[in-house]
Amino acid sequence: MSKASISPKQARGLSKAATGIQGLDQITGGGLPRGRPTLVCGSTGSGKTLLAMEFLVRGATQYDEPGVFMAFEETVEELTQNVRSLGFDLDELCEEKKLRVDFVRVERSEIEETGDYDLEGLFVRLGHAIDTIGAKRVVLDTLEALFSGLSNLAILRAELRRLFRWLKDKGVTAVITGERGEGLLTRHGLEEYVSDCVILLDHRVIDQVSTRRLRIVKYRGTVHGTNEYPFLIDENGISVLPITSLGLQHEVSDERISTGIAGLDAMLGGRGYYRGSTVLVSGTAGSGKSSVAAHFADAACRRGERCLYFGFEESPAQILRNMRSIGFDLKPWIKKGLLHFHAIRTTLYGLEMHLTTFHKLIQEFNPSVVILDPVGSLIQAGIPKDTTAMLTRLIDFLKVKGITALLTNLTSGGESLESTDVDVSSIVDTWLLLRDMEVGAERNRAIYILKSRGMAHSNQIREFLITSSGIRLNDVYLGPEGVLTGSMRLVQEARDKAAALLRQQEAEGKLRERERKREALEACIMAMRKEFEAEEEEEKQQAAQEQTKQRMLMETRQAMGGNRQADNRRQATETSPRSRRTVGNRQ
Amino acid sequence: MKKATRPADQEASISEAAEVWELRLYVAGQTPKSMTAFANIKKLCEEHLPCRYTIEVVDLLEKPQLAAGDQIVAIPTLVRKLPQPLRKIVGDLSNTERTLVGLQLRPTLPRE
Repeated sequence: MSKASISPKQARGLSKAATGIQGLDQITGGGLPRGRPTLVCGSTGSGKTLLAMEFLVRGATQYDEPGVFMAFEETVEELTQNVRSLGFDLDELCEEKKLRVDFVRVERSEIEETGDYDLEGLFVRLGHAIDTIGAKRVVLDTLEALFSGLSNLAILRAELRRLFRWLKDKGVTAVITGERGEGLLTRHGLEEYVSDCVILLDHRVIDQVSTRRLRIVKYRGTVHGTNEYPFLIDENGISVLPITSLGLQHEVSDERISTGIAGLDAMLGGRGYYRGSTVLVSGTAGSGKSSVAAHFADAACRRGERCLYFGFEESPAQILRNMRSIGFDLKPWIKKGLLHFHAIRTTLYGLEMHLTTFHKLIQEFNPSVVILDPVGSLIQAGIPKDTTAMLTRLIDFLKVKGITALLTNLTSGGESLESTDVDVSSIVDTWLLLRDMEVGAERNRAIYILKSRGMAHSNQIREFLITSSGIRLNDVYLGPEGVLTGSMRLVQEARDKAAALLRQQEAEGKLRERERKREALEACIMAMRKEFEAEEEEEKQQAAQEQTKQRMLMETRQAMGGNRQADNRRQATETSPRSRRTVGNRQ
Repeated sequence: MKKATRPADQEASISEAAEVWELRLYVAGQTPKSMTAFANIKKLCEEHLPCRYTIEVVDLLEKPQLAAGDQIVAIPTLVRKLPQPLRKIVGDLSNTERTLVGLQLRPTLPRE
C-alpha cells in the first residue's frame, strides 16, 4: 500500500522480526533484523523504553515470540506501572511465561573494583532468563547504566562487544536502547558495537509544540525508508506515520455527488463534486464557509452516507444551533449515526497526534464524507510547513480511501484571496472561493469556482444568500452599471423593471392606436359601402318607378284605345295583373 | 584471636571483632579469574579475620537463578553479606589494598 514499505521480495536474504508497531514495519520493510541486535537511541523521554517494550509485548502477543526485558533503570514494578497506561499488562504476560522482566541494578557506591573481572554474571542472568521462557526477543534498557556503575572502560567495552556477539549466537532479536550523546548517537558509543540496525528517536519542540520523530539511521542489508517519520505515543502504543507513505496511485471515481446546494451543483457542470475528490472552500471571515460545509454534510446524510465533521473552532452544539438557523436540523442525522462531530481545539496537541486522531476516527467511523472546518487552524498545532505536510498526508489518506473531503480555510484580511495559509491549494481538486463584495454600504456574499479539476464548471461569480432555508445562489447583476449585488442589485433590478414596464406600456399604447385607426378605417369603409348601397337602392327604385310609369302610360294608352275599339280589348283588361308581372320580368 | 598486621587500636576493628563475617563469592565456572579471586580472598581472610569468616562460593553456571538476588553483573563478585551494610567487590581481588577498603577492613587507603 505504501511507497515506503518494501516488498518482502526485496528483503529476501534478511529475515525480519515484525515489531507489530504501526508503521514501523512499513518503513523497515518488515521489522527488525531477526537474530541481530538493533540499537534504539534517543534523548530522554523520546520513547525508547516504550518502543522496546512494545516490541516485546507485540512479539509475545501477536507473533508468539516470548521476550526478555532486562531493565537497568527502572524496577519491574515501575515498568509494569508505566506501560499499563498503554494497555500492556506485564504481570499477566509474565505469568503466561511470555515475558520476563529482569531488573539489573548496578550501583557504583556499593561496588568496589579490584583487579580483573568480566560481565559473565550478566550473561548468565540473561541466558537463564532466555532459556526459562524460550525467548526469541530481548531488550536491554539501557545498557549504558553499566557505564555509570563500572569504571573499567576497557573491560566494559570488551564485554559489550562480547555481549552482542553472544546475543547473535543465541539467535535472539535484540533491542538495545541508548541515551543520545553529544555529537554521537549514544553517549558511550554503543553504535560502535551494534552495526546491523540503528533507529534514532527524537523529540523536538518547535514553537512550543513537540513532535516525536523516528529515523532509521542504518539498516544493514536492506532497503528502508530514510526519512524522519513522526510518531506518537497514545493509549494504543506507538504509531509511526510515514510522511510520504502514499504514492499517487489511488483509484478515482467518475461518480458525482451533490454539494447540497442546487445552484452550486449547476455551477459544477450540473452534478456537483467528484466522489473522492478534495474540495477547498476558502473565504474571509463570515463568508459562509461553514454553511457550505453543512450543506454538503446534510446532502451526504440525505443520501444515507456517513459524514465525519471535524470542527476546530466551534463545539458541536454551537454548529447544530447555527445550522438550525439556516434551516438545517442535523440532529436526526447524529441520532441515526450518519453524522459524527469531532470538535477539538487544535492547540490541544501536536500535529501528529491530530493526524492519528483523524486516522483513527476515520477508520472507526468509515465515513464517505469528511469535513475539516477550518483547516487553517491546524497551523496553531505546528509550523506551517509541517501543517502542509500533515495535510498532504491526510488528503492522501482520504483519497486512497475514496473519501470526499471538504476543507474550509479562513483567508485573513490583507492576504491574497487566492492563497491559503496552509498551502494546500495545489493538492485540492475543487476550490470554491467565497468572498464579500462591499458595495453601497453593505457586504454581500459571492461565490465562484476558482478551479475544479476534470469538469466543466461555471466561470461566473454568483451572489449567494444565506436564507432561513439554506443557501441560495442568485445571479449577480451584470449590466451597463457593472457588477451589482445585494440591495444595489435589487434597486437596479427594480429600476430595470420600471423601465421595462414603461416600454411595455408604450408598446401597448401604440397597439391600441393602430387598432383605433383600423376601426376608424373600417367605419369609413362601412359608411361608403352604405352610401353606395343607398345609391344603388335609389337607382333601383327609380328604375322601378320608371317602369311603373311606363306601364301606367301603356295602360292608360290601352284604356284610351279600348275606349275607341271597345270589343277586342276587353279580355286584356281583365288579365292585367298577370300581364303586368310578365312585363316586369321582361325588363 | 591474633591481630596480625595492625594493632587493634582502630575502632572499626574493635567493634567488629566479635562478629562473624559472611562472604559470598560468585563465580561462573572454574575460570582462572575465579580461582585467583578465591585464593586472594582466602588469604586475606586468613590474615585479617582468622576463624571468624565463612566464604560461600556460588557457581552461577549451576545456579543461574541466584544471580538476580544479589544483583550480580560482573564475575567474580565478592559480596559481604555480614556485617551490614552489604558490600560488593568485583574483580579477582588482586589489589589487596582496594579489597580491604572495599570490605571496610580498613576505613581509608593506607596512611603514610
